[in-house]
Amino acid sequence: MRLSQAWIVAAKDFATFTKKKNIVYTVLIIPLVIAVALPGVIFYVQHRPNGAAVSAAELTTLLPAFVFFYVIIAGFVPTTIASYSLVGEKLEKSIEPLLATPTTDGEILLGKGIAAFIPPMMAILGSSVLFMGLMDTFTHAALGYYYFPNWDAAAMLFVAVPLAVVMSVEWNVFVSSRVSDVRISQQLGTIVILPLAGLYVGGEVGIVPLGALSTPLYIAGALAVVDLLLLSVVRETFQRDVILTKWR
Amino acid sequence: MIEAKGLTKKFGELTAVDAVTFSVAEGEVFGFLGPNGAGKTTTVRMLCCLISKTSGEARIGDYDVSKEQDSIKIRQMIGVVPDNVGLYEPLSAYKNLDLYGRLYGMTEMKRRESIQRYLTMLGLWEKRDVPAGTFSKGMKQKLAIARALIHDPEVLFMDEPTANLDPESAKTVRDFIMELKKEKRTIFLNSHNLDEVEKVCDKIAILNTKLMATGTPAELEGMVGARKVMIGLAQANGAVVESLSKKYPGLTASPDGMTLTFAPKDPEGQIPDIVEAVVRAGGRVRSAAVEGSTLEATYLQLVRRDAS
Repeated sequence: MRLSQAWIVAAKDFATFTKKKNIVYTVLIIPLVIAVALPGVIFYVQHRPNGAAVSAAELTTLLPAFVFFYVIIAGFVPTTIASYSLVGEKLEKSIEPLLATPTTDGEILLGKGIAAFIPPMMAILGSSVLFMGLMDTFTHAALGYYYFPNWDAAAMLFVAVPLAVVMSVEWNVFVSSRVSDVRISQQLGTIVILPLAGLYVGGEVGIVPLGALSTPLYIAGALAVVDLLLLSVVRETFQRDVILTKWR
Repeated sequence: MIEAKGLTKKFGELTAVDAVTFSVAEGEVFGFLGPNGAGKTTTVRMLCCLISKTSGEARIGDYDVSKEQDSIKIRQMIGVVPDNVGLYEPLSAYKNLDLYGRLYGMTEMKRRESIQRYLTMLGLWEKRDVPAGTFSKGMKQKLAIARALIHDPEVLFMDEPTANLDPESAKTVRDFIMELKKEKRTIFLNSHNLDEVEKVCDKIAILNTKLMATGTPAELEGMVGARKVMIGLAQANGAVVESLSKKYPGLTASPDGMTLTFAPKDPEGQIPDIVEAVVRAGGRVRSAAVEGSTLEATYLQLVRRDAS
C-alpha cells in the first residue's frame, strides 16, 4: 500500500469537491448551524423575559447531550462527499481510467476514504471550537465555571466522532456499489445516523448516561467494532473486478 | 507484445469471450472488430488487468495478466482509452492530465513536458486551463487519448476512439493514430468502423464471442470469395472473350455480353493490363472496377454465419 498513490487520489477528490458548491455548503453549513443554534437555544432560554432559566444541574445533563450531536452529524456530513466520490465517479465513467493506472484497489479506496474523512472532520472540529466557546460564554454565569473543554467532550470529539465518520464513509462505499444515483445514495447513506440518533434519544430520556466519561468510550468501542465489520464488507465490494462487472 | 491463448470470460452462465487466441507483435496496429456484445471491451478489460479471466492465458510483454504482482507492471506499461472518456469534468484539461501523470509516478518536469507535447499535438494546448466538462465530444476524446499517452506507454488500448465523433473530429483522431503508428507503438484498436480499421490496422481480428478470423486486411478481404475485375463494354463483342480466354482462364461474360468478369490474383494491380488487353482485342471499354469480397463483406458474412 503506497500512501503517496492514495494521497494523489484524495487530492484529486479534494480538487473536484471544491468545484461543487453543494458539497462545500453541506460540509460547512450543518456543523456551523449546530455550533450556533445549540448555544443560541441556551442563550434564549437563559435570557427569555418571563421564563425560568436552566439550572446548573440541567445544564450538566444538556451539554454532553449537545456534544453528542457531533457524533450524529459525523454520521451524516461525510455522506455527500462519499456519495459523490463513488457514485459520481461511476456516473461520469471516470472510475475505469482510474482503475487502469498502476494504483491498487486498496490505494484508491484509501484515497477516497481520506478525501471523505478530512473535510468533515475539519468542519466538525472547527464547529466544535465555536460551539464550546459560545456555550462557555452563555453558561458560565449559571455554572460558575467554564464547562468546556473537558475530557467527556474530548473523548466524544477525538475518538467517537472520527470513528463515526469512518463508519459513514464505509457505509457509503457499500451503498454506492448498489445504486447509480447520487441522491438515492445520499439518502441511503444517512441511514447510518439512525442508531446514533437513537442513542441521543436514549440520553434525553435518561437511559443512556451521555454525561458519564465512560459513555463516549463505550460508544467509541461499539463504533470501532462496526467500522471493522464494515471494512471487511467494503474491501470485498471495492475490487476492480466487482466494480466493473457488478456495481450498478 | 500482446498474446492471448484460449482467453475466456464467463459471467455466470453467459460466456462473454470464448477461448480467444491471437497475438499482436511489437509496433503493430491490431484491429478488433465485432458487433455490440461481441466481447471486445471485455477482452480489453482482461488484457488491461481490469477484470479477471475465467480461463486461458494472456500476456502483455513479459507479464502475465492473471498474476497480481504483474498487473501493476502491466498497467504501468499500457495506456487505455475507454469507450467512455471518463474525464474529471470540473477539472481543467491540464489538471486531468497532471493527475494521471502523478499516478504514473512521473516527475513534475516530465509531466509538464508530456502534457504540453500531447495537448499541442491534439490542438488542445490553448484550452489547457478550461474545465474538461465544457469541451465538445471530439475535444474530450482527444483529451482522453492524451491522458492514455501521458506516461509514454508501450502499448495503447483504444476502445471505439472515433465512435460518436463528427467526421472532422474522427479524422483528427484517426490521423493521430497514424502518427502513433509511425512512432512504432503497439496499438490495440476496438472498433465498429470497418473503413477506419482497414486504413489504420496492420492486422485485424473479427470477434463474435469467439474469434471468427484473424489476418491482414487483404487476407480477410479474400476470405469469403475472390475479388474480381469487372469490365463494362460499350457493345457486346464475342471475339474479345475468345481471344483473351487463354490468357485469363477465369474470364466469363454476362449473358448479354456487355460485362466481362476477370479473376486475377491481384485485381487492383492488374486492372490497367486487363483494360489494355481488352482494347487490343477490339473491345470498347465503358467501365472498369474491382468488385467482390471486401472487409465489410467478410465481416458481415462471418458475423451472420455465426448468428445463424
